[in-house]
Amino acid sequence: MGGRRGFLVQAALLAATLALVALVAADVLQNMARAGLTPGFGFLGRPANFEIGESLIPYSASDSFARALLVGLLNTIMVAIAGCALATILGVTLGVARLSGNLLLKGLVQAYVEVVRNTPLLLQLFFWSATMHALPAPRRALMPVEGVFLTNRGVFFPWIAAEGGLAWTVLAGFTVAVATAGYAAFRRPRNARLLLSAAALLAAASLGAALFGDPGLSIDAPRLGTFNVSGGFGISPEFLALLAGLTVHSSAIISEVVRAGLQSVPEGQWEAAHSLGLSRGQALRLVVMPQALRVIVPLMISSYLDLTKNSSLAVAIGFPDLVSVISTSANQSGHAVETILIMVAAYLALNLSVSTVMNRYDAKLAARGFAAP
Amino acid sequence: MSRTADAGRRLWAGLFGTWGNTAITLVALAALAWALPPMLRWMVLDATWAGGPEACAARDGACWAFIAAKLRFILFGFYPFAEQWRAAGALALVLLMLGVSAWPRVWSAKLLVAWIAALAVACLLLRGWPGVAAVETSRWGGLPLSLLMSIGALGGAFPLAIALALGRRSELPVVRWLCLGFIELARGVPLIAVLYAATLVLPLALPPGVSFDTLLSVQIAITLFFSAYLAEIIRAGLQSIPDSQFEATAALGFGPWQALRLVILPQALRAVAPALVTLAIGVLQSTSLVAAVGIFDLLNAARAAASDPAWLGFYDEAFVFAGAVYFALCFAASRYSLWLERRRN
Repeated sequence: MGGRRGFLVQAALLAATLALVALVAADVLQNMARAGLTPGFGFLGRPANFEIGESLIPYSASDSFARALLVGLLNTIMVAIAGCALATILGVTLGVARLSGNLLLKGLVQAYVEVVRNTPLLLQLFFWSATMHALPAPRRALMPVEGVFLTNRGVFFPWIAAEGGLAWTVLAGFTVAVATAGYAAFRRPRNARLLLSAAALLAAASLGAALFGDPGLSIDAPRLGTFNVSGGFGISPEFLALLAGLTVHSSAIISEVVRAGLQSVPEGQWEAAHSLGLSRGQALRLVVMPQALRVIVPLMISSYLDLTKNSSLAVAIGFPDLVSVISTSANQSGHAVETILIMVAAYLALNLSVSTVMNRYDAKLAARGFAAP
Repeated sequence: MSRTADAGRRLWAGLFGTWGNTAITLVALAALAWALPPMLRWMVLDATWAGGPEACAARDGACWAFIAAKLRFILFGFYPFAEQWRAAGALALVLLMLGVSAWPRVWSAKLLVAWIAALAVACLLLRGWPGVAAVETSRWGGLPLSLLMSIGALGGAFPLAIALALGRRSELPVVRWLCLGFIELARGVPLIAVLYAATLVLPLALPPGVSFDTLLSVQIAITLFFSAYLAEIIRAGLQSIPDSQFEATAALGFGPWQALRLVILPQALRAVAPALVTLAIGVLQSTSLVAAVGIFDLLNAARAAASDPAWLGFYDEAFVFAGAVYFALCFAASRYSLWLERRRN
């Protein structure tokens, strides 16, 4: 298109877009003025006046709207992280199972994937929600393992109660030891052996402190009441239903991704690895997986984003995620436009940060000589 | 050797070929033996097929009598009972059109006209005409609504998606950035958030005194939302067309619009037909989210059926039935998409 005509088209389009935005803004301002509302984000500081079912940070109805939104955001992040981790474990297992030579296992996994992919996620969430609420009341709780209770008030299991500085030091020591050992075992850096011994030493020291010192560590076991459960670590039925639904739904997609990735590596690579004397496990880990990952990782990240967006269905089964808190806040405060803007900003920030990381990854692959898939 | 014997040997090798394989097969069989009998008992052996809620309460299995009694409610929602033949007619018309359109040989401009006519007739059947009772859109529901919303969203999104896909490839920076901005915005937020925005913000954004039908605003929201996803698929189709095609149309003296309509788009759309069917499956499943803004589509109607005081609590049966309907539609569509892909290669 010619320079002059192109300029005119662009100017007209920009003007039309701005005019539409201005028109809508004028209507919104007028409607808000008639409802006696002052546009702006000042309402965030006012008390929210509604309760939220569960929260990672202390929250009560007299806290501000801003804090209520933070509670919703943290809940979304919590379920997204847990869901992504579990869906990855389940999805990779299923994807590898589907490529196994066993016909029965392959058929079962395929049936699972078809059922999950061909029914709406919301239906699956309703199913999980109904299942969680069909569990017995606390006084007749199911106990699959000693100390773990399944009830219609949620799932409860014993947890470590830590008091005092020494207790936290011991726990931190253990965590660092496990993380180091995991890093050394999976990434196999050159100094893996040194790291493993350091981890073992740290774990032994922490264990020693826990056994022989008096660090104030104890096991907090849940106790059953007639209608409720006290103590221990509890997970609400709403959270469990959402987590189960998101995990199962995404695992089916991830299993397809893993299968496609592994199949994208030519058969000759397996044969070459075999003729070099590598075992099947070594061939998978050292030769095939690194090549499959450049197909798998981008698709996996987009299914993580889908899972995070899908967690907004929480509102249908009563889990207070970001969207659910946003819609309650919009109804309570009347500031629908502002709350929706906050929500859009939160999701866009998430997407932009993930796509930045993705682009870095693609650039890294390109630098190694792989074309971006 | 005969083919059956060969297949038999491969089956045997696939199940018991090695020790590891045999172990996996035995574990899988044990899991099936543990899981299948209770399911079979619930669904068939202990199920109640006829009678009232009392008959169901007397047995342990599924209450299919509930589905039989509430079938019309689940399929048509709160659509007036006496007028449900109209909803059934609209459903039949849409299913017929879907069946006909599955045959690639009928893909043409005429089919597009037929679809527009069919959708208009379906809406007229649901809405009513002079001489029969008018039915407000707030009472539309069930399977015909789910299908009409999905088809309306995809069909309505098409022109916009083509414009967005072309705009994203434009040499003009303002056009490119506006299209990219819209696509990334729509793909970045969850659908349920868009539905809330449509029902909460749209009434505020209209001039005072103007009101909008809830169903229509939800339909517009779904259409805009999926136009971004559709645009990305169409863009992939456009990218699959070699540059020589564009040059050939220029050499033949086609204008840019003519070239697009007669040469480029028909090829681009055929190339991405399987992806379009997959998107259609996603759209049908996503229409279930309209439950969040109080519309009684198939899934929401099934759930509401189980909260009828006379038949309270048969949620499992309602969900299994609705799930079976969705599964039948989506599974057929996904097999069809695979068939299209094989046929293309």
